Amino acid sequence: MLRYLIPLGVFLVLVVFLAIGLGRDPHEVPSPLINKAAPTFRLPQLKEPTKTFSAADMRGKVWVLNVWASWCVSCRDEHPHLLEYAKTGAVPIYGLNWKDRREDALAWLGELGDPYVLSAADLDGRVAIDYGVYGAPETYLIDQNGTIRYKQIGEVTPDVWQDKFLPLVQQLNREGAGK
Amino acid sequence: MKRARRGFSLGIGPIGLIGPMLFVLFFLSLIAPDTFAQVQRARPATDDPALEQRLQNLSQNLRCLVCQNETLADSRADLAEDLRDEIREQMKAGKSDKEIIDFLTARYGQFILYKPQVTPTTYLLWFGPFLLLLAGLLVLFRYIKHRRDLIPEKPLTSDERRRAEELLRTSSRKETA
Repeated sequence: MLRYLIPLGVFLVLVVFLAIGLGRDPHEVPSPLINKAAPTFRLPQLKEPTKTFSAADMRGKVWVLNVWASWCVSCRDEHPHLLEYAKTGAVPIYGLNWKDRREDALAWLGELGDPYVLSAADLDGRVAIDYGVYGAPETYLIDQNGTIRYKQIGEVTPDVWQDKFLPLVQQLNREGAGK
Repeated sequence: MKRARRGFSLGIGPIGLIGPMLFVLFFLSLIAPDTFAQVQRARPATDDPALEQRLQNLSQNLRCLVCQNETLADSRADLAEDLRDEIREQMKAGKSDKEIIDFLTARYGQFILYKPQVTPTTYLLWFGPFLLLLAGLLVLFRYIKHRRDLIPEKPLTSDERRRAEELLRTSSRKETA
């Protein structure tokens, strides 16, 4: 009996490991920045290049940083959802316009609407490297102390917004109010 | 899967195609060896050959996160170019290879390293094969020992032989009877 059970057990363990491994999306690389301080930066704003925006300006607030670009196809899918999320006012959404041309980015916002409080223009992608960005869209949730609490790789679908972002935002706001 | 449509999915082909593709590439490379050698690598962007060599050595051990089966040295993805520029600048600023690797892993995680560091989370990866080897040896020894137990080691003594012959004789006599 045992001589059949042992290979069967080994086989089942292998099946479980392979099932987990194959079920994962290899393009979702876990970020080492979760629960670390959001990298600081100071970038010109997209709409008003003479003004700058810095992550440090957001101290004391829970906010969302969405990496987008006019050349990014998935961003176009995500965009109407972002407009909806912004309309609810649950959490301010800021944009990081990544490796884009200013005129393209402005045309994109003009055509599709602008969900962002403002967008910072990371035209050469240096700030994105600090944030470990390797694709767009990527979205970070940053807390009052400037700590990254969540990173979404790929689109923030309504499910992700409902299940990941909103509960965390509520929890962070509660914690912040308690202090 | 929606993720497949992220801005740049260049260079990621179905794994099943790799074999036939290599086969075709092999024959193509016989026809046009020169052009193939050139397509491989991006042109160096500085005129300092020592620094380029250092960059080449370092980036060969780094993964391009866009085309995950390519090294940072070989990839032509935009992000790979940016990262090579970043590494170049850090090298010019006098940073050591280790400092640069720390910089990259702090942002992109261990995944960017083709050769993962030895940490508790990678113990199984590093030492797993040796464990399997040990387990295999153990099984092998037990099997050999088991086989040896089955084979009678001592020849029969003359007493035993006589008894055996007698038994055989009596049993054959019964049969004929």
